[in-house]
Amino acid sequence: MSTRARERNRLATSPVSPRIPLLVTGLGLIGVILVSTAIGPADLPISTVASVLFSHVPFIHFHSSASAVSQAIVWEVRLPRVVLGGIVGAMLAAGGASYQGVFRNPLADPYLLGIAAGAGLGATIVIVANGGSTSWLPVVAFAGGAAAVSLTYVVGARFGGRSSGTSIVLAGVAVAALFTATQTFLQQQHAQDLQTVYSWILGSLSVATWSDVWLILPYAIVSAAALLMHRRLLDVLRLSEEEVASLGVNPARVRLAVVAAATLGTAAAVSVSGLIGFVGIIVPHLVRLTTNASYRVVLPVSMVGGAAFLILADLVARTVESPAEVPLGVITAFVGGPFFIFVLRSRRAHQGVL
Amino acid sequence: MQAREFEPATAIVECTELAVRYAESTALHDVSYSVERGCWLGLIGANGAGKTSLLKALARLVDFEGEVRVEGRSTSSMSRREFTQLVAYVSQSPEFPPEMRAVDYVALGRLPHLGYFGAEGPHDRERSLELLERLSLGAMAARHLSTMSGGELQRLVLARALAQEAPVLLLDEPTSALDLGRRVEALELVDELRLERGLTVISAMHDLTLAAQFADQLALLAGGVIVASGTADEVLEENSLDFHFGTRVRILRTEDGELVVVPRRTRPKGRHD
Repeated sequence: MSTRARERNRLATSPVSPRIPLLVTGLGLIGVILVSTAIGPADLPISTVASVLFSHVPFIHFHSSASAVSQAIVWEVRLPRVVLGGIVGAMLAAGGASYQGVFRNPLADPYLLGIAAGAGLGATIVIVANGGSTSWLPVVAFAGGAAAVSLTYVVGARFGGRSSGTSIVLAGVAVAALFTATQTFLQQQHAQDLQTVYSWILGSLSVATWSDVWLILPYAIVSAAALLMHRRLLDVLRLSEEEVASLGVNPARVRLAVVAAATLGTAAAVSVSGLIGFVGIIVPHLVRLTTNASYRVVLPVSMVGGAAFLILADLVARTVESPAEVPLGVITAFVGGPFFIFVLRSRRAHQGVL
Repeated sequence: MQAREFEPATAIVECTELAVRYAESTALHDVSYSVERGCWLGLIGANGAGKTSLLKALARLVDFEGEVRVEGRSTSSMSRREFTQLVAYVSQSPEFPPEMRAVDYVALGRLPHLGYFGAEGPHDRERSLELLERLSLGAMAARHLSTMSGGELQRLVLARALAQEAPVLLLDEPTSALDLGRRVEALELVDELRLERGLTVISAMHDLTLAAQFADQLALLAGGVIVASGTADEVLEENSLDFHFGTRVRILRTEDGELVVVPRRTRPKGRHD
C-alpha cells in the first residue's frame, strides 16, 4: 500500500467517536429547549427565555431584565416541564437502545419486559386506594415497573435454560399480560377512578414541577452513567454468546447489569410521566440510520436526541389542541406506529439494522 | 515461509481425565492428552464424536470435570482475562454485525488486554491494522462486514483471534463454510501464522485429507473418547475409519507421500435394495 493510501486508510479507520453527532443533537436540544420554553399560552421572545435561563447559570452573575411574570413563567412553569420531559425522553431512548442491544432485537423497547404493565398496575393501585391522591404514585409505579422486570428476568433465566435473550423476551410478554390483566380487573372494580387511571396511563407532563425533576434526577444519573460505562460491552454483545464468552466477557453478567441500569432509568421516567411508548424505538433507530450502529455512538446520542424528541413531542401535545392537551403517549404513538413498520421493513431489506 | 525453529518439546496444553456431561448425555469421557508447544493437533471424528465438546472444554465454554492446564496452570483457577490472554477460540459459526467496520471487529480481540470498562487505545488500533494488513485485508479496514465475502470474513475472524495475542489457538471447523480453494488458503494461512508466531493450534477438522496434510498430530474421537492418536500415518487407517465413520473409505498415497482419504459409496451404483 502506498503512503498516501495508508494515510487515507488511517483516517477512515479512526476510532468510532460520538463527538460530531453529539454536537449536532446537542445544539438541536438547546434549540428545542429555548423554543419550547418560549411557546405557550403567553408567547415570550426567545431572547427573554435565554436571558432568564442565563441568569440562573451558577457562578455567572447575570441579572435578567425580564419582568417578574416572565421570569416566573419561564422558571417555575415551563422549564420544569421541559427539563422533566428531557430527562424522561433521555431515559426512554437510552433504555430502548440498551434493551435492543442486550436482547439483540431491534424492536425491543422499555415496555417489552413488563415495565409499562408493572408501573400501570402500581399506579392503578395507588389511584384506586387513595381516590386520586397521587403523592405515592411515582414511588409505587416505580416499584411496580421494577417488580415486573425482576419477575420477567427470574422467569426467563430460570425456565429458559441458557438465557439467550429470547426466553426473557417471551417471559416479558407473559408477565406483562398477567400484570395488565390484574390492572384491568382493578380498574373495572373501581369505575369511578377510570378517568384518573386513563389520564396517567396515556402519559402526560402537565403537572411537572421542580420536585418531580429532583425526584427522578438521581435515578437518571445513576442509570445513564451505568449504561454509558457499558457502551463498549454492548458492542461486544453483538457477537454470538459463545464468542462473547471466548473474549473473556460474561454475557449473562453484562446483560443483567445493563437490564438493571436501563430498568432503573425507565421505571423512574415512567413513574413521573405515565406511559409514553415508542421513544425507545424511534430515537435509537434514527441514530443508527443517520450515524453509526456502534453503541459508543448510539447510547450517548440517543440520550441527547431522546431528550430533544420528547420535549418536542410535549410541545406538540400542549399546543395542537390548545388550551386542551393531547396525551403525550398519543403523540409519540402517532409517530411511532408508522416508524415501527418502517424499521421492520428496512431490517428485512438489508438483513438487520442491528 | 521461513524455516521452523525447533524449541525443546514441552507440553503447552494438557488435559487430565477431562469429561463433559450434558443433562442427557456424556459428550466426553475421561480424555487425557497433551499437546506440545508449536504443534498443530487436528481433532477428527464423526458428528457427535466429541470434537466440539473437547474444544469447548479447552476454551472454558462448557462445564467440565477433570483438569485442563495451559502453560502449566490449571485453567479453572485463572481469571477470564488471564485465560483469554492464553487461549483464543474461533467458533464454528461466528456472527458478523452487518455494519460494524472490519477494523472495529478485529479490535474486539484486544478485549482480554483491556480492563472491564477500558477502551482500546492507539496501540490496540495499531495492532488491529497491522493484523489486517498481514492477512491481506489492509485495504478493507474501513469496510462494513456486510460487504465482505466468505473468505474475507474467515480471515477476519482469524485476525480477531490473533489480536488476542494468545499462544494457543482453538479452531472449531474453521473452514466448513468455504469453497475448496478458500479452504486450502485459510489452512495455509493458519499454518504460516503458526510458524511465524510460534502458535499452538488445536482444530476440529472435517476433511480428513486436509487434516492429514496440515496437522502434525491427529486425534480420532469416537463416542467421546480418543480412540487413536499420533501422526496421520498412524491414525488414518482404512478399517478404523470405516468403523468410526460408519462408511467405507479408501486411503491412497500420492507420489510425494501424502495421504488422501477418499470416501466411497457403500452400495454399487444403481442398486438400492
